[in-house]
Amino acid sequence: MSFDDVPLWAAILVSALVLMGAVLTLIGAIGLTRMPSFYQRIHMPTLGTSFGAIGVLAASAILSTIGEERLIAHEFLIFIFVSVTTPVTLMLLARAALHRDRVEGSIEVPAVVVRPADQ
Amino acid sequence: MSATILFWSIAVAQVLLAAAMVVTLYRLVIGPRAQDRVLSLDAMYVIAMLLLVTFGMRVGSVVYFEVALLIGLLGFVGTVALAKFLMRGEVIE
Repeated sequence: MSFDDVPLWAAILVSALVLMGAVLTLIGAIGLTRMPSFYQRIHMPTLGTSFGAIGVLAASAILSTIGEERLIAHEFLIFIFVSVTTPVTLMLLARAALHRDRVEGSIEVPAVVVRPADQ
Repeated sequence: MSATILFWSIAVAQVLLAAAMVVTLYRLVIGPRAQDRVLSLDAMYVIAMLLLVTFGMRVGSVVYFEVALLIGLLGFVGTVALAKFLMRGEVIE
């Protein structure tokens, strides 16, 4: 497949999607360095895993669908996998960080709440 | 015309993703704590995966897609293991 066979509308669509994905991923990475606390930083990579991944993967799927002249949806697999696993990993990481902060007695995080039913 | 548009947009996207990796590497180096480093490693896995997808778009090969899928799988397992280690002090109890 050569890029010359791609129609102009598809080229513009693919370009817009891939640039949107890359720019959103870069914004997420910049946020990762600029946010002041860990619990704010942990929100930033999700920009890359949600709409950054949607942009790049949709562009790749459209390009290969036009090149092969049949529906290619492999990229959909990556997107489903990433969107399912990212919340799991980040929640595990946030809970680990919370546990570490509480053990150290940090004043940034709230203390353990004891509910009446637990007593 | 469309070849020029596609070539330059994919090249610019690759440069932007590489810049994102460099910025993430900065957070990985300065820390300040272990969970920050694990978080930036996880972000780096995702950015590397997207970078490989753009390489696959440029070359038109399916191999890059499979590598991207593998990186996604291994990144998930690695981050879960590291988060478990930070929580408990060991991975397999």
